[in-house]
Amino acid sequence: MRWAVIQFPASNCDQDAYHVLKNVLAQEVDYVWHKDSSLNGADAVVLPGGFSYGDYLRCGAIARFSPIMPAVKEAAAQGKTVLGICNGFQILCEAGLLPGVLVRNASLHFRCETITARVENPGTRFTSEYLTGQVLHLPIAHGEGHYVADDATLEALFQNRQVLFTYCDAQGRTTPEANPNGSQRNIAGITNRAGNVLGLMPHPERASEKILGSDDGLGLFKSILASVKE
Amino acid sequence: MIRAQVIVRPRKSIFDPQGDAVCRAIQHLGVSAVKQAHVGKCIELELEGDNLDQARAQLETICRDLLSNPVIEDYVLTLQSGDKK
Repeated sequence: MRWAVIQFPASNCDQDAYHVLKNVLAQEVDYVWHKDSSLNGADAVVLPGGFSYGDYLRCGAIARFSPIMPAVKEAAAQGKTVLGICNGFQILCEAGLLPGVLVRNASLHFRCETITARVENPGTRFTSEYLTGQVLHLPIAHGEGHYVADDATLEALFQNRQVLFTYCDAQGRTTPEANPNGSQRNIAGITNRAGNVLGLMPHPERASEKILGSDDGLGLFKSILASVKE
Repeated sequence: MIRAQVIVRPRKSIFDPQGDAVCRAIQHLGVSAVKQAHVGKCIELELEGDNLDQARAQLETICRDLLSNPVIEDYVLTLQSGDKK
């Protein structure tokens, strides 16, 4: 499977994603600069974490005008896998590829810690290696991860099972205390309606090797690989 | 020359943590009369030309597509000919 990891100015998780794909999962992977206009035939695209364009105006608001974004939108329309992690999630929302938006954490604090997230829907190309209700240990590092959408959008997201991950406590309960940023209904990750575009605030690419304290994130990448082999 | 000012502010229905923090800081300052604060942005733009109608149409696009996100923010656009200033 061929992957593209997009590099925006001030992306800072691009090398983590590249490392996991290349060295842990033995995938073909290329960096693609944001000023390029082609994904070079990649089957899957990663929009990595970071602070693209200094988070000026709003997180992801300027990155969505990058020359590479039409190619990302085209890949999404073709049903290719598009994965936005942290700042990548913010960019996908600003670009209109995912509904809603991510705003300042309710606490106003930048949260950098390992959280627990529950798998809400294992029946997708991103989660088939997990079980329903499985509790994952994943790192977060963000100041603007507070997911906001209107009530109708939220209802539709749950109705269509587009919410793949929610923040939970160690027992898998989605309590307000387990919510690190104030996200509505503890939402940590969602897909588009078609199910081929995922955005999530936690960092699976930083939790894909035991030596890093958790390899709970590896299942997400393995799920994507399994979906292609089918 | 046309000068435009865009005020972008969080929608009332969206919790504004910055405004909330500012409001609490004002209380700590000892001013108890302030009950609400909202934090937004002020963006000033200068445009070539003197056609206000044409500029307004362009500015509406800029406001809607870039300067504000309608999911969470409203904006107010005002513009005037620069030489009248």
